[in-house]
Amino acid sequence: MPFVEESYDVIVIGAGHAGCEAALATARLGLSTIIFTVSIDSIAMMPCNPNIGGTSKGHLVREVDALGGQMGINIDQTFIQSKMLNKSKGPAVHSLRAQADKAAYSMRMRETLQRTDNLTIRQAEVAEIMTENDKDGDGRHAKKRIVGVRTFSGAIYHAKAVILCSGVYLNARCLYGDTINETGPNGLQAATHLSQSLIDNEIELYRFKTGTPARIDRRSIDFSKLEKQSGDERICPFSFSTDPDEVQIDQVSCYLTYTNEETHRIIRENLDRSPMYSGVIEGTGPRYCPSIEDKVVHFPDKERHQIFVEPEGLHTNEMYLSGMSSSMPEDVQYQMYRTLPGFEHAVIVRNAYAIEYDCINPNQLKATLEFKDITGFFSAGQSNGSSGYEEAAAQGILAGINAAMLIKEEEPLVIDRSEGYLGVLVDDLVTKVTTEPYRMMTSRAEYRLLLRQDNADLRLSKYGYRVGLLSKERYDHVCEKERLIKKEIERIRTVTVGSSEQVSLCLSSLGSVPLTHGMSLAELIRRPELTYQSIAPLDPDRPILSDEVQEQVNIAVKYEGYIERQIKQVEEFKRLEKKKIPENFDYDTVPSLRIEARQKLKQFRPASIGQASRISGVSPADLTVLLVFMEANHGK
Amino acid sequence: MMERDTIAAIATGFIPSGIGIIRISGPQAIEIADGLLEGADLSNAPSHTIHYGMIRSNGELIDEVLVALMRSSRSYTTEDTVEIDCHGSPLAMQKVLEAVCQSGARLAEPGEFTKRAFLNGRIDLTEAESVMDLIQAKTEYARKSSLQILRGSMKEKISTLRKTLLNRSAYIEAALDDPEHYDLSGFPELLRTDVLTVQDEIDRILETAENGRLLSEGIRTVILGKPNVGKSSLLNRLLGEERAIVTDIAGTTRDTLEEQVMLDGILLKIIDTAGIQNTEDPVEKIGVEKAFDCIPDADLVLFVVDASRPLSPEDQQISSLLKDKTVLILLNKSDLSAEVTKETLEKEISLTGLPIVSISSKTGDGFDQLKTTISDVFFHGNISFNDELVVTNVRQKESLRKTKESLSRVLESIDAGMPEDFYSVDLIDAYAELGRIIGEKVEEDLINEIFAEFCMGK
Repeated sequence: MPFVEESYDVIVIGAGHAGCEAALATARLGLSTIIFTVSIDSIAMMPCNPNIGGTSKGHLVREVDALGGQMGINIDQTFIQSKMLNKSKGPAVHSLRAQADKAAYSMRMRETLQRTDNLTIRQAEVAEIMTENDKDGDGRHAKKRIVGVRTFSGAIYHAKAVILCSGVYLNARCLYGDTINETGPNGLQAATHLSQSLIDNEIELYRFKTGTPARIDRRSIDFSKLEKQSGDERICPFSFSTDPDEVQIDQVSCYLTYTNEETHRIIRENLDRSPMYSGVIEGTGPRYCPSIEDKVVHFPDKERHQIFVEPEGLHTNEMYLSGMSSSMPEDVQYQMYRTLPGFEHAVIVRNAYAIEYDCINPNQLKATLEFKDITGFFSAGQSNGSSGYEEAAAQGILAGINAAMLIKEEEPLVIDRSEGYLGVLVDDLVTKVTTEPYRMMTSRAEYRLLLRQDNADLRLSKYGYRVGLLSKERYDHVCEKERLIKKEIERIRTVTVGSSEQVSLCLSSLGSVPLTHGMSLAELIRRPELTYQSIAPLDPDRPILSDEVQEQVNIAVKYEGYIERQIKQVEEFKRLEKKKIPENFDYDTVPSLRIEARQKLKQFRPASIGQASRISGVSPADLTVLLVFMEANHGK
Repeated sequence: MMERDTIAAIATGFIPSGIGIIRISGPQAIEIADGLLEGADLSNAPSHTIHYGMIRSNGELIDEVLVALMRSSRSYTTEDTVEIDCHGSPLAMQKVLEAVCQSGARLAEPGEFTKRAFLNGRIDLTEAESVMDLIQAKTEYARKSSLQILRGSMKEKISTLRKTLLNRSAYIEAALDDPEHYDLSGFPELLRTDVLTVQDEIDRILETAENGRLLSEGIRTVILGKPNVGKSSLLNRLLGEERAIVTDIAGTTRDTLEEQVMLDGILLKIIDTAGIQNTEDPVEKIGVEKAFDCIPDADLVLFVVDASRPLSPEDQQISSLLKDKTVLILLNKSDLSAEVTKETLEKEISLTGLPIVSISSKTGDGFDQLKTTISDVFFHGNISFNDELVVTNVRQKESLRKTKESLSRVLESIDAGMPEDFYSVDLIDAYAELGRIIGEKVEEDLINEIFAEFCMGK
């Protein structure tokens, strides 16, 4: 029977946040790319919370941007409120979060995809991946290689690389009470065939679960009973390429309300009707965004929980109830939402639901997000067991870049834990055993004082430029910024301020004690109450510098001691990362390895001694043994 | 591939009143030794020379020593190496090693000198395998023995301190990750109080260590047996056996007495010795109830049987209580005519396969065998336990000091008005360092604590 047959360089399965970044990356790097989605209308859809960024996630968006990705630009063009979180805390944990107009966000991303050369968008369900045994068979390469995909209608698409970005759609089902829909989010068609094809290719799958709250008609809410939450006065954009002056828009408000004893009573009394507690749901849910049922059960002493009420866009009446996801039956949902102050007459537009889906065990991937056993097959986003739009986008761009590097036979891009949250995210996914959907958190980043959202461009632009995603113009701008920062730091270290009356007066006005002897500007900045910016009056010869350069100078000088300590730790970390283990290293030839360590090493096949050290069950003594063995065989 | 840091360890085993050697290897070896040594100048001394002097640290005179100097690359590791010959007592070796570590050396990992010798090309390629075996064996041994040494209340105390640190870190992290749900106002002041309390606790532990008592708690030992089998004389013999450390510690209850006995460096803590003495009272029938109470906590039970009298139901009764315990059966009064032999013992009591040692508390016969057996039971007898005890002790003290340093940095950050996220790094360092003492890693502890204690999320 005749069928459609086409060839591309790269196939991307899924057009969510991971798929969009992956496809844009490969197409922009000149590779012919086709992106499949079950519905063209759901490109870059935000099926859960209506915002981008937040603690540690905001860092990821900045990093995607520094590599030449789209998420930052897209939200800058479609946000309706913006806030820098943690502003009272250290610069490392400042995090940008913007409320999105969901429909606009999705449409804008779709337009970008449509305008991109080399990129074809196709609505179809991919049912099968096609692989063949590696022809070389020389033991140096993976067992299999990817050659293309087959869709449900039977069409065949050949490709050199395939990127799986199937999100929560694999064998998805949505549940509330005893109502079960065999669909993806928002009633979209689930992908019901691909899981089996993955299993047939010896890929191990997990079953995960997550959930979303109900959406309430804004006309049914009494806002006078809610606390208003406004955005920042001066808005800071996500993308380093966005001119801050262009994003100072009129913002919408969010609101805050609380659950109460009555809410909790209703939930407790109906627990047996929740599929989470009746045993219908098999998947593992995330601890960081528990359903309201989980909160009430696990924290019985808490008298109330905060609920943020957020608009889903400018052209919809729907309000998102952050903090109150649930899989309770419809009637209970009505009861419990109506206990919230201001929600006495709430009208539900969409029910809250839990969703179960298949994802892969990400331990099967390299840090490039390519499967260790299938050359050319990559996976990114929620199908890797992560959660969140930002985590997905970050993996998406990395997988896209590495698919392109593979095809172009260039050096792959691996970002390590000391270079970015993206590095922490990927390393955690591929090296640690995952038991729940993975969310980025600042506490996961051990070098977080260095991995700030304000310096993502300084950290990662070199990679974006090297692979070809970041323009020379943007890269040159970063290099110039770096030069100016360095020069200014040197200057303020050498310029001293005397103890004149004028200086004393100025210091007192800033709440600081007068000087008894001369002091360098740098030393002054280290006083907690002073900043580089605030001591400008004491520094008449200061050159004119942009706000972003001034900010970097301030942070570098003010927190110098802490930053230097982290830099030392990073040097130690890099020492072990640089000790590479060959890809097909045979651990059975190493004598004296403990059995547990041998099994773990064979399972994970770490790329370096550093990565090996992070595998649970591998001890420092095992690493020493491995090092001695590798050294012994080095000279052979 | 030269390593960048300098390592130190005890190179000899422990020989009572003999010589102990502390070996230092690495780029700073000579500088460190020179800084501690009085009466000789090593800085310009030629390689392969021996120097006489005194080791002094923090103003305290520690020991009279001979120092052997070997310059790179004419040493075992091919690095600059100094060997300090000091007195062979555990205390002297420990003090010298501590002084060396405080001057900037790091305690060597098990097998590390040999590893360096190999990596620096000093040892032949074919020896690599034995190096790897050595590293694994020594590590496993060190792990077991250090955990064995640290038991009971000390472990509990350290776990409690760690729990406090972890919980406070988790609170900060929860607030950083979810600022709209958790507020840090007023937190620094609370944290300061907690950190000061933890520091005080650590000071108290360190003080105990400084007083000469080892950090280790020893093997908790109970002596059991029916009346008149010679428990008292066994205890007295053990106490008198060595000129070793013997201390009386009043227990928590008035009639519980503990004695510490050092047998060739193995520390036995004999609990409820009061009970032992009492049971010698012939009026008392079995009279060992108090000792029985101690059985659940004991690491080792010394079950004393009178070899000169036939076994009685009382012996049976005692043996029935000792299931699942580490038990050594002592056939006492071997100097008298033997009514009970190992064979009859195996036949008549319910415990089988246990080590049995014939002793005479009166003459001291069999006590060497007793020591070897204890060493075998607890430390597999394959490597000398004694130096490990000292090293473990030094390691634990180092960890406690580092913990204190990290906590001091937390206090500095609080005082300097730094934002809360700056505390976390040092809090977690302190937590990790305390974990080294009790053999626990950090892994996902922080993340788990955040989710267990704080309700997160959207």
